[in-house]
Amino acid sequence: MAPALVWLAALMVVPCALVLALAFFRRGIYGGIDYTFTLENFGLVFDPLYAGIFLKSARIAGTATLIAVVIGYGAAYAIAAAPRRWQPVFLFFAVLPFWSNYLIRTYAWIVLLNREGLITQLLRWFGYTGEPPSMLYTEGAVIAGLVYNYLPFVILACYAPLSRLNSELAEASRDLGASAATTFRRVILPLTVPGIAAGAVFVFVLSIGNFVTPALLGGGRFQMIGNLVYDQFLTANDWPFGAALAMALIAIMLLVLMAQAMAANRASGQTAETRDGANG
Amino acid sequence: MTQSFTRTLGMRTILILVFAFLYIPIAVLVALSFNEGGLPTAWSGFSLKWYASLAHNSAILSAALNTLIVALVSTAIATLLGTLLAIGVEMRRQYGRGLEALIFAPMIIPDIVLAIALLSFFSMLNLTMGLHTIILAHVVFNLAFVCSVVRARLKSFDWSIVEASADLGASALTTFRRVTLPVIAPAVIAGALLAFTLSVDEFIIAFFTAGAGRASTTLPMQIYAMIRFGITPEINALATIVMAVSITALTLSQRLNRGMIGQ
Repeated sequence: MAPALVWLAALMVVPCALVLALAFFRRGIYGGIDYTFTLENFGLVFDPLYAGIFLKSARIAGTATLIAVVIGYGAAYAIAAAPRRWQPVFLFFAVLPFWSNYLIRTYAWIVLLNREGLITQLLRWFGYTGEPPSMLYTEGAVIAGLVYNYLPFVILACYAPLSRLNSELAEASRDLGASAATTFRRVILPLTVPGIAAGAVFVFVLSIGNFVTPALLGGGRFQMIGNLVYDQFLTANDWPFGAALAMALIAIMLLVLMAQAMAANRASGQTAETRDGANG
Repeated sequence: MTQSFTRTLGMRTILILVFAFLYIPIAVLVALSFNEGGLPTAWSGFSLKWYASLAHNSAILSAALNTLIVALVSTAIATLLGTLLAIGVEMRRQYGRGLEALIFAPMIIPDIVLAIALLSFFSMLNLTMGLHTIILAHVVFNLAFVCSVVRARLKSFDWSIVEASADLGASALTTFRRVTLPVIAPAVIAGALLAFTLSVDEFIIAFFTAGAGRASTTLPMQIYAMIRFGITPEINALATIVMAVSITALTLSQRLNRGMIGQ
């Protein structure tokens, strides 16, 4: 037990503490680090230029999360409605792409979306003769890539509560005169909120700090927070500012995780109320 | 009757659309890797020539060798440390929040943050970076994943048989080898396969901790460089092989540790 904890302390806790400390120093004149205390790196995070990139990252991650949750919930619902013996098979194949290389899954979208890619070919085949549409190197391409890469996890997270759902509950709701839509909104959806929240948090957290997808599908000058951090460390050589950006990223992540914990608590409270109400 | 018919039809349509979305991009890539002409514009016949040309690409071969070294060594260390950690935590039943957070953190910390943290750390120590620093870094998240797989198995483990073994005079080592290990072995192997796959596929942390120079380029780093350069039929072939390897390893891991992902 001890060797593993030492490993984690030495190669995760200490380096992360170091980055936190780095964020309070000044950048040296010729790159490098000038060890005088300052808060200006954190001030710079709120500079309109960089705050704008944070907002754009949050918007892209939020859109990807919304789309992934809608598709993923639908897929999980359909899997949970399938015959019992088929459910594990469907689930396995829904998750399988998640375990193949991330770079390769992203590259597959370059093949689909580039100007002479499969989608352009299909359009031509249907008689389209105009200029090939520019789909690659757009915000839409980045969102598509993020949804594609993280969808399996949403399916997995939403399937768990959906499969445990008691079908008698929905029947009872319908017997009492509720429409299918009301039953879904008032019975099924509240009971599956924890799964949705877990899936949404996962997609949002991994999307907002993503570096590879914007770099490959967004084109050279497309920047999200991850790319900004990358630049500070590998090209601009301003490590203290890069460290402050990384800490801001961690702060956002912790906020989202706390919101999820609260949503899950509220949902379980409501479920208990519904149950007690039904029994009493 | 009609309502349940439309419902079933609706569910089937959703499933077909979602699976099409998930698998068409991959299928196109695999199909193109066997296309003689190599271009997505036209199918010019089945060919293995892009696979053959991989075999003659020395940059790819050396990157593949580096990846294999990193994955095997980091998996071996992570499996040992992660298993011991899992046993330690579960046997004592100490679930301190700090301890849980420490074990959970490597799995959720953004790659880019761990990557820059390790880069800062290694360069502050004036450590020459190379394959060894990538291995040190990969063990961090690999041991967390191995630990969580083994812990899941140990949740249902009856610790009284360990006490019984000790009461009957077996040494701690004998007890581990004859009692504990046989029970957790499938989970340990499943965890090792998972760690191996994660390490083979990992790009960002390796990219930051590999140091300068091409000598310690791993396969994902090589793939990233090739993708940035443009689409080539060779990437399609390489991608197909890499996907086949990781999917095989993960399917094996799943079979050994049934239900880990489904739960």
